[in-house]
Amino acid sequence: MARLTRTCGGNSHELKLEDGTFLTDDFLRQLINVGEVDILVGLPTHNNAKTIRSIVHTIQSGLLRFFPRERAVIINADGGSRDGTPELVTGISIDDVRPAPNLNALRTLHSISTKYASSPESGVALRTILTAAELLRAKACIVMSPESANIESEWLSSLLLPICRDGFDLVTPTYRRHKFEGLLMTNLLYPMIRALYGARIREAYAPEFGFSGRLGCQFLGQNGWNDGTDGAGTELRFTLAAITGGYRVCQSFLGEKDHIDRHAADLVPTLRQTVGALFSALESDFPAWSTVAGSQPVPTTGPDLEVVLEGVRVNRKRLREMFSTGVAELEAVYQSILTPSTLAELQRIARLGEEDFHYSAEFWVRTVYEFAASYQKSVISRDHIIQAFAPLFRGRVFTFLIENRNSSANDVENNIEGLCLEFERLKPYLLQLWKSRE
Amino acid sequence: MREMIISELTQALHELARGFAHYLPRLIVMLILAFVGWVIAYAVKVVLRSILRLIKFDKLSENAGASQLLSKAALPSATEILSRFIFWVTWLGFILLGVSVLGILGLQEQIARFFLFMPRLFVAMFITFFGLLAASFFSRAALLAAVNANVPSPRLLSLAVRSIIVVFVLSIVFEELGLAEQTMLVAFGIAFGALMLGLAIAFGMGGRELAQRLLEKKFVRGKKEENEDEPSPL
Repeated sequence: MARLTRTCGGNSHELKLEDGTFLTDDFLRQLINVGEVDILVGLPTHNNAKTIRSIVHTIQSGLLRFFPRERAVIINADGGSRDGTPELVTGISIDDVRPAPNLNALRTLHSISTKYASSPESGVALRTILTAAELLRAKACIVMSPESANIESEWLSSLLLPICRDGFDLVTPTYRRHKFEGLLMTNLLYPMIRALYGARIREAYAPEFGFSGRLGCQFLGQNGWNDGTDGAGTELRFTLAAITGGYRVCQSFLGEKDHIDRHAADLVPTLRQTVGALFSALESDFPAWSTVAGSQPVPTTGPDLEVVLEGVRVNRKRLREMFSTGVAELEAVYQSILTPSTLAELQRIARLGEEDFHYSAEFWVRTVYEFAASYQKSVISRDHIIQAFAPLFRGRVFTFLIENRNSSANDVENNIEGLCLEFERLKPYLLQLWKSRE
Repeated sequence: MREMIISELTQALHELARGFAHYLPRLIVMLILAFVGWVIAYAVKVVLRSILRLIKFDKLSENAGASQLLSKAALPSATEILSRFIFWVTWLGFILLGVSVLGILGLQEQIARFFLFMPRLFVAMFITFFGLLAASFFSRAALLAAVNANVPSPRLLSLAVRSIIVVFVLSIVFEELGLAEQTMLVAFGIAFGALMLGLAIAFGMGGRELAQRLLEKKFVRGKKEENEDEPSPL
């Protein structure tokens, strides 16, 4: 077992590289060759050959434009690509991307690629990037999505400058989105994190974010990497760790969020990574969130949220059908999770026609809180609890779509704000459930 | 003649008294063993009940679906039943030990067989419990997956999964207990084969159109529909 000692926030701790299974010798050798850096750009990939070239070009261009004097490295953590993605990352020269003739790289820009596993695991990818950041003593780091077709070189300055210049520890993005995009974010993650943790962070689970070396180092040492969750939702836990750890958090507006086509079948894995990670974090973070009252805005560069209103095709009928079928078929499962009154109300809503259907904000919050409390008590398998949540989320989405069919950007924002306040108002209900089930 | 009868009677009474005197200590030992056994069995029951409550055995039993069955049959909780079962098995073991002290011919062999059977009984109980737990878990997993994939008749699918596992577990249990092994093996083979054949015929013939729709949805125009039907959650 190899051991490397690094200092983190004044405390030295050992990185245990058990049997070489975590970081390969070759990767370590390349890191040692790089030495120390100021900026680290993490790029987790898996079969992204189509987009990766333009993304690396944009990253290099951004580094050249905004950070020409800083020592920088691009770390590609690859989850077993079979389309040559790692070779593309390491093969792109910075000379190809010089944005202006008078801009020259003052330092060597390193690009290192490592294959951490034969299949993609976002948690392991992030762990690889964090470990590299610690070994290279990076002062500021960003993680970029390998799928972003809209990425611009300005994104680097938006995510890195608050860390390098203003001393923030975590920079989460805000985007321009369609009003019906990111509904899990607007209907659950943002309001619930805001109500429980007291920080109004719009995108707590984002594909792009920036962080300071000290936050990365602290999280690397504290996070339970072998807790059996396969690293699902590590990005969300990272954000929550920054809030509970008292680190300085801010938001930066990046621009238009990519529309990534997701199938109906993707909902459950997405819920595992986000809602599952949040419910799981509530358990360990109880001392922190149980004492928080109200919420505070976080410093933001640019708008909190920009809403696009153009038409989008959504099969609402199917959403409602899947909700009603789910409530009817999963009655026995819901009996274990929900209170009898909540289940009875769900069954009543499920019987309503499309015109009368209404899954109110208050009732939605109660449902979510009962799920969170049942998850904490593991009334049934935790993964089954998350799966059972999917039909109810579809029901809430249906109501959100109907309510905001003709809404302006301001109306949508007001509706989201109303939901957030509902989450905050009903927080004592969650605390009551939490304690009563002990 | 009269004296002979008296003499025989006296001799018989003497033999009876001698026999009684011979068995009396053994009888006392048996009674002592039965009493000590009761005390030990009771203590085991109390300790076991506390441990089961501590590890929330009733919750496990509820997850396995056993609690619902017990409740419908107006029986006590799984913890209580298991505690009582262990009490009786332990006490019975001591009683049989006491009986064996009496030295009654033929009975000792039966007692030895009973003690040899005990481990198999425990293994069978273990398999039954965890088999029910597995059946409950996997049938619920099938139900949830089917509901979220919008597959028709999710409960039927879930029930099929549960039935297959329960039948499989029962066949193992009967084999473990050594009860009608051949019959159970054949019955299991016939039932399982019939089920699979039935499903194949039902899906192939009765559900031909459904299968066609599912396959078309999956491979032909699936992508367009899927993209239209749900907004991105993130």
